[in-house]
Amino acid sequence: MDLTFSDAEAQFRDELRAWFESNDPGEMPEGDDAGYAWRRDWQKRLAADRYAAVHWPEQYGGRGATITQSAIFFEELGRARRPLPANVLGILLAGPTIMTFGTDEQKDRYLAPILTGDEIWCQGFSEPDAGSDLASLKTKAVKDGDEWVITGQKVWTSGAQYSKWCMLVARTDFDAPKHKGLTYFLMDMEQPGVQVRPLVQITGEPEFNELFIEGARIPDENVLGGVGNGWRVALTTLMNERSGLAFFLQVRLRQLLDELIEEAAARGLLDDPIVADRLGYLHTKAEILRLTAYRGLTTIEKYGTPGPEGSLTKWMWSETNQELVQFAADLLGPEALISGEKWAYELLRARGNTIEGGTTEILKNIVAERVLGLPRLKAVTA
Amino acid sequence: MNFDFSEDQHEIKRTARDLLGQRSTLAKVREAAEGKSYDDALWKELVELGWPGIAVSEEHGGQGLGAVELAILCEELGYALAASPFLATVMAAEAIGAAGTAEQQARWLPGLASGEITGALGGASQLVNDADAAAVIVLVGDDGVVRLLPREQADVTVVDSIDPTRRAARVAGEGETLGNGGHDGLDRATVAVSAELVGVGQRALEMTLAYVKDRRQFDTPVGAYQAVSHKCAQMLKDTEGARSATYYAAWAADAGDDGPGLAEPASLAKSAASDGIRDVTANAIQAHGGIGFTWEADVHWFYKRAQVDAALLGGSGLHRRRLIALVGARLAGTAA
Ligand SMILES: Cc1cc2nc3c(=O)[nH]c(=O)nc-3n(C[C@H](O)[C@H](O)[C@H](O)COP(=O)(O)OP(=O)(O)OC[C@H]3O[C@@H](n4cnc5c(N)ncnc54)[C@H](O)[C@@H]3O)c2cc1C
Repeated sequence: MDLTFSDAEAQFRDELRAWFESNDPGEMPEGDDAGYAWRRDWQKRLAADRYAAVHWPEQYGGRGATITQSAIFFEELGRARRPLPANVLGILLAGPTIMTFGTDEQKDRYLAPILTGDEIWCQGFSEPDAGSDLASLKTKAVKDGDEWVITGQKVWTSGAQYSKWCMLVARTDFDAPKHKGLTYFLMDMEQPGVQVRPLVQITGEPEFNELFIEGARIPDENVLGGVGNGWRVALTTLMNERSGLAFFLQVRLRQLLDELIEEAAARGLLDDPIVADRLGYLHTKAEILRLTAYRGLTTIEKYGTPGPEGSLTKWMWSETNQELVQFAADLLGPEALISGEKWAYELLRARGNTIEGGTTEILKNIVAERVLGLPRLKAVTA
Repeated sequence: MNFDFSEDQHEIKRTARDLLGQRSTLAKVREAAEGKSYDDALWKELVELGWPGIAVSEEHGGQGLGAVELAILCEELGYALAASPFLATVMAAEAIGAAGTAEQQARWLPGLASGEITGALGGASQLVNDADAAAVIVLVGDDGVVRLLPREQADVTVVDSIDPTRRAARVAGEGETLGNGGHDGLDRATVAVSAELVGVGQRALEMTLAYVKDRRQFDTPVGAYQAVSHKCAQMLKDTEGARSATYYAAWAADAGDDGPGLAEPASLAKSAASDGIRDVTANAIQAHGGIGFTWEADVHWFYKRAQVDAALLGGSGLHRRRLIALVGARLAGTAA
């Protein structure tokens, strides 16, 4: 066991620190659209120096970084308080899925504009009647010559309003068992038949959307991973979703906690045993998360597959983040409830943490069934 | 970075698991606990294998390995719930090895390492495990001063703790100050207790999984019900969390000046392991239903061991407050 970083890793960290130090996008402007444009410019700066997706192979504009280096990247991004690139779903989800399942033509066509942020991606998985039970989705794709005609509705589609492309999972075979009849498409959002309607969130911001698809057309060459293979391809995307962001989120949580500790210290509250106890509890949970995430890295690097730690970190993060913002509201009082203030925003936004990217209940099911090998409850209906 | 054991360390773990699986079955643990005695044959065997001296320097007759190897053994002895004075002895040896004067080390470490004598460590206002038979006791006074008490200078009153797999006592006495004041030694001992807790949690989880896969109600294994399976998932999360923090602390203990220091990692491990494993063993009883509440079932031994270990060298509340004092000072330092 050796938890020091290798020379190469330490050097990579130094290099990143220096780069983030001399590359500051300044304050995020007010307003969703302006904020988004600002993150898009930031992504272009990252891409120009090949920092947009360090985990991508060099031939596609990445640095072929190891999973540990990639974690270091997100840690340093968080530590420098720099924003995530605008096309985060493209970089973390669409890109890697295309690299795994795409044809050479698809890789040549799609990967480069993902990195530069010229083409933004969104994830069209969830539907009004298919969330946790994603494989029951009903959006329909019907073959017409060498194209597919799509009809259906998606929901909670983050960033759809800025997206050129959508990772769309649709049903191509209604007779097959539900996991077998799905196909994964790369859908052009800029066409008739695709309508995006913003859905305002609990925070008052429209980050996600409804997607109404009526007769949109997708050519054959935009099927990813083969007709009928959509479930397998989608699982790759979901796995990347639950692991990719972990280190950035964990550093964000650490920053919030440090800010809260400083705030408590400034008010002379660190000697209050109740405050100290609660902060100590949060600190313990934040550190457990960080260390468990590190253990997960080693397991993947050594054995190629994640260990039990891998299934636990998203759950740990979401739960701890919610407990943290709730305690901030208790500690800071009404100030933390003033609309538009930082803690007020964090308090509201954190509520989504245990829903987005797989609910905690679903994660517990996955841990129970796949890690602990517990029996599965028979489905209530067929 | 490599957050995994080396091949040698994995081998130590496997060997310990196999040996204890054969020699320290739960039937043996029960026999010892009900008879208020230790499994002497087991202790003899551990001594012959050199386990008590695993982390003691070679100069003092030990094996000269580190806190990680010691944590591995403590975890496995916790997993087996072994009835032995091992933990108490290595805690005393860790404290003396890290903080004792040259004289104190030369006097006590060889005997502790060879298993010829046993030791004990604990707080003056707390229960001190295995003090009755110990030749040397490291005692943390209510004034925070760490003292070393040869048996004849210690006033030892044996008490029955809720964990009868081990002996407990109250200790008073003056003794001499332990070397440099002793706190880094206490941190090392704290890591050893945390490691035992991890093993206790791991075993309680495994026992529970086996039970809920087998036990049926309403024509279904109870482990299929989410109220139960989600609890098991939580038990895994708590055990793995305690494990991450404890292995990190063991590494930090060995890393010395090149590492992050030991104060924060040790308190982190104790905070995580005390809370986490108490919950794990409580959930284990719940998942066993009425059987879990009986003397006949073994699961209560794990609950009891977890409770006593959680209190040893300070419960989680104390360590949480210490952590925040340390983190607060660190943040203030960087801000200044
Ligand atoms: C901020 C945010 C952003 C999102 N962005 C996207 C996006 O970009 N693209 C996208 O496709 N989706 C997105 N989602 C959707 C998200 O993946 C779903 O909301 C999530 O999978 C849950 O589905 P649902 O909302 O239909 O809830 P439901 O599945 O209806 O769940 C309702 C409740 O029932 C529980 N439940 C359901 N099934 C089970 C079960 N088997 N066992 C126990 N409990 C169960 C759930 O845990 C939940 O508490 C986003 C969601 C949020 C909150």
